[in-house]
Amino acid sequence: MTATSSAVGAPVLVIGGGISGLTAALEASEAGHEVYLVERNTYLGGRVVQMNKYFPKMCPPTCGVEIFLKRLRTTERVHLLTDSEVAAVSGNPGAFTVTVKTRPRGVNANCTNCGACVAVCPRERPDAYNYGLSKTKAIHLPFGAAYPPRYAIDFAHCDGKSCAKCVAACQYAAIDLDEKERTKTLTVGAIVVATGWKPYDAKKLEHLAYGQAKNVVTNVEFERLVAADGPTGGKILRPSDGQPPKSVAFVHCAGSRDELHLPHCSAVCCMASFKQARYVLDQLPEAKVAHFYIDRRAPGRLEDFLQALEAEPRATLTKGKVAKITEDASGGLILEAEDTLLGKKLGFTADLAVLAVGLVPESATANFPSSWPAEPTGFLGASPGVFPAGCAKRPGDVATAARDGAAAALKAAFCGKVR
Amino acid sequence: MSDNIHLFICSGCGIGEALDTEALATVAKDELGVAEVKIDPALCGEAGVAAIRAAIGQNGNRAVLAACSHREKCDAFSFPGRIVTRASLRDAVAWVQPKGEENTRMMAEDYLRMAVIQAQKTEGVEPFKLEISDAILVVGGGTAGLNAALEAAAAGREVVLVEKDAELGGWAAKNHKLFPTKAPWRDLEEPTALKLAEKARSTPGITVHTGTTIKSISGQPGQFDVVLVTPGGEVKFRTGAIVQATGFKPYDASKLGHLGYGKSKDVVTNVEFEQMAKAGIRRPSDGKAPGNVVFVQCAGSRDKAHLPYCSAVCCRVGLKQALYVREQLPNAKATVLYKDIRTPAQWEDFYRRVQEDPGVFLLKGEVTGVEVGADGSLRVLADNTPLGEKVEVPADLVVLATGLVPQAADGEAIRQVRDARAVIAKNDSPPQVEAAKKTLERLGQHEGTEILNLTYRQGPDLPALVYGFPDSHFICFPFETRRTGIYAAGTVRQPCDSLSTAEDACGATMKAMQATKLLADGLAVHPRWGDQSFPDFFLQRCTQCKRCTEECPFGTLNEDVKGTPLPNPTRCRRCGICLGACPERIISFKNYSVDIISSMVKAVHIPEEFDEKPRLLAFFCENDAYPAFDRAAKKGTQISPWIRIIPVRCLGSVNVVWIADALSRGFDGILLIGCKSGADYQCHFIKGSELMKTRSTNIQEKLKQLALESERVRIEELSIDEFDRVPEIINEFAGQIEAIGMNPFKGF
Repeated sequence: MTATSSAVGAPVLVIGGGISGLTAALEASEAGHEVYLVERNTYLGGRVVQMNKYFPKMCPPTCGVEIFLKRLRTTERVHLLTDSEVAAVSGNPGAFTVTVKTRPRGVNANCTNCGACVAVCPRERPDAYNYGLSKTKAIHLPFGAAYPPRYAIDFAHCDGKSCAKCVAACQYAAIDLDEKERTKTLTVGAIVVATGWKPYDAKKLEHLAYGQAKNVVTNVEFERLVAADGPTGGKILRPSDGQPPKSVAFVHCAGSRDELHLPHCSAVCCMASFKQARYVLDQLPEAKVAHFYIDRRAPGRLEDFLQALEAEPRATLTKGKVAKITEDASGGLILEAEDTLLGKKLGFTADLAVLAVGLVPESATANFPSSWPAEPTGFLGASPGVFPAGCAKRPGDVATAARDGAAAALKAAFCGKVR
Repeated sequence: MSDNIHLFICSGCGIGEALDTEALATVAKDELGVAEVKIDPALCGEAGVAAIRAAIGQNGNRAVLAACSHREKCDAFSFPGRIVTRASLRDAVAWVQPKGEENTRMMAEDYLRMAVIQAQKTEGVEPFKLEISDAILVVGGGTAGLNAALEAAAAGREVVLVEKDAELGGWAAKNHKLFPTKAPWRDLEEPTALKLAEKARSTPGITVHTGTTIKSISGQPGQFDVVLVTPGGEVKFRTGAIVQATGFKPYDASKLGHLGYGKSKDVVTNVEFEQMAKAGIRRPSDGKAPGNVVFVQCAGSRDKAHLPYCSAVCCRVGLKQALYVREQLPNAKATVLYKDIRTPAQWEDFYRRVQEDPGVFLLKGEVTGVEVGADGSLRVLADNTPLGEKVEVPADLVVLATGLVPQAADGEAIRQVRDARAVIAKNDSPPQVEAAKKTLERLGQHEGTEILNLTYRQGPDLPALVYGFPDSHFICFPFETRRTGIYAAGTVRQPCDSLSTAEDACGATMKAMQATKLLADGLAVHPRWGDQSFPDFFLQRCTQCKRCTEECPFGTLNEDVKGTPLPNPTRCRRCGICLGACPERIISFKNYSVDIISSMVKAVHIPEEFDEKPRLLAFFCENDAYPAFDRAAKKGTQISPWIRIIPVRCLGSVNVVWIADALSRGFDGILLIGCKSGADYQCHFIKGSELMKTRSTNIQEKLKQLALESERVRIEELSIDEFDRVPEIINEFAGQIEAIGMNPFKGF
């Protein structure tokens, strides 16, 4: 079933296929516009599909994504370009010329998802979807609910034609090891920049022992460590010994609100940490959680979620910044923090520490014209015909990113008409 | 009747190894009488798709694709305007059953039978086209409303902007200054609301009515007939969609007596302080410049006795107002007493800017009260501060950060009040009158709060969610209200700042404009975007039971005086809950009906009792349970060979007759899997699984009548990520039914 209707204006380019970009693309297309949706990854969904649950409903991201994809499967007006990045932009509002480069994926649309290739592939790669916490074969389905539902080859870990076992195994002529990078030039009226965010590099937080102590993980890794399709099948286990932790410390503002690292508040990490505490409390009936925060930021009705956690006997929340984490001989962690309310130093031990690393805008490193107004931190402001949405512009939660996607779609879809 | 049906069987992806496709083809020809069967080693390939296209190019020809799940290969198997059904031989059979076994074959045959009868019974859909107005009504002339009106007008839409006050601009226009909305996120900004108001007034496409309320809005999206009460009399017009931007009111500070409000003139609210700052900050009591202004944050917010939620902006407002003090009275100090400072995102820079000011003191603590001395002096009392467990902060002026209360009406509550009034007026039975009086006690305060005055059976305004906000319940779909074509924006939807409000207004306007566009094309809006089917009511057989009008989650149906449903197709989201509700089975979609699904149920072959092959029927929600099942199938987890699964639009669309039919046909058990219900419900149609639970009472009665065990019908709730649970549930259920034994109705 395909809904068709005449297009109502110049095409819109949406850069980024995360929640914000997907929303922008679908909203603009459903309002009658042709849309090019460019996604760097091999799949849509961005950071949200790497989340286990959303706060505050504790519902799975793929539930909403399924509806997005259903809408996407139903429309012919969204032209999807995965494995692709915007290489150059020129021109003016109403007629931008955009060069898009598409990396070889090695697997074409003939792929039926049968998985015969994986069975024969001899090489492994770190699974980017699981933040490198597990491995996949070089030819892999990005994750179980990936869209497009098609395998991809990580050529950095593929032996190419010298191996070609997958080519022989594939009955549908879906694999092309010779595929070359392609370049496409698009003419669009307006651009939505929904390039999203990446987690702050926790290795820069030396005092928090990330990368040194095995049981110090980041919040994004912890999402994978709790997810049913994550490396532990959803069981919360200490990386050092594979045992369920009895105590988990959540270190808020790991890098955020810190001029040495990220000057901004990343807006979601407090709630993300409270949510992750809920994972622990729900799964491990004996475990305790401890939060160290500067401020507990649970805006609007999210306050209810915080209140529920505070009422939990197995949870403590302490106002104080963690100054140092050290590892003991058994892999246990010692956290030094200052309780800023009581004005005294605290020593605290935990089996596992989760660092609430903040959001860094991806747009900071993207290939955009210098005329697009970026803040020193990389967050992008609007300029004629160019509308940032979601975390490309300002750190925010999923609902905000979705809201913003719809808002940017409006501006982009109709700016040719009036602006 | 199968002579126009062309069956295509794919033997790829393991289907050919698990099943004898030639034998399946024979069954299809001999038993089902299809016109033609083709077996293709890769049906989704070019040749396969071309063959399908050629077959259904003929007048009225239909195709059944026995290949992968209907969620797979949608690009290849896209045949707009044609009737094509799918039998999931790969995901639902070959990948989850042992190869080559009799039970595997029987399962595949049943899926073929179901898909063939579905193709026979399905009728083609035509877009439902009406004369659609693409005008937009914006209710509320504050930041959200002005932005919505200007955006819609800029996109070429006719806009009517209604404001109840005499002036446009809302609360934002009353501000002295704004906290920053752009980089470098440090500087106070001049309010823009009045400029926006001027622009709205001078924009040709916008008709502004101030001092105006809405008398009524009747009709449906695309055809809303609006009657306004303006200072100049009634104004009537038609509009297509509505943005509700009615904003907030400040929390009633008279309830904050413990914080000194009403006891001292020198205790003011943050809203009042904006006015004071405009005029120059002076103490109301004596007109003198205050030396120490104390800002009490969360005055009423984050407080179970008042507003349990955080009002989201007051921290930034308090910091901004502390700067007013410092700018206007350089010798004065500002003390901010807070629970947590909530300055998200780049507003951290603004917080830092305020912290740099040596005259601003920030103190964390729980404010317990404000004491007014006999001489009028003020002392703010706080617990649990870094300065001590109990501190007193002397103040010359206290500013209470009162929170935001949505300026909304709860349509569902008002409807209940009206129904209760009607029961009392009719003098129904004493218990009913008693219950009605209780309803009035509980909800009476909602009377007279109407804003939109919709003439909807289910109430005159959007239903409220928690704390009176008519928000979407969905994180992913923030604009989905429960009334099609009406979108809430800004602080009426959730507490938020002016920048978010403006963005929200754009988003809601996008949804409003999109709704009229889709309706003009005869298509459904979210979440069944693009659906051309719509429910048809065979009203001659209606018994006026009102289940459909009550149960529709979107208030689609009105009633005539007798209680007959009056359809409003553009309000409809096509979930099929009315179809599930109707005991007379008179509600159908051309491609989804009681008859189609019943026929599919009856198409399954039920082996005789002595064969010891039970049959289990399953209805899975197509949005969550079915995708979860598909994902489990990818992992190859084996499931009971007895199950036959039918995806449904929503569990709420399951008509009890399907279950009754299945039981009397000899199915041994019936499994229904829907989405999570309750406060954090995940049902995209709000209450589908909840309704199914209610209907299960009927089902249990039916089981009793038939003298069958209650365990034969099981209802489960599942999230899409609980894919590993799907095979577990199926297999557990199969085990349970095997233990109970066969349905005695087999063979009757």
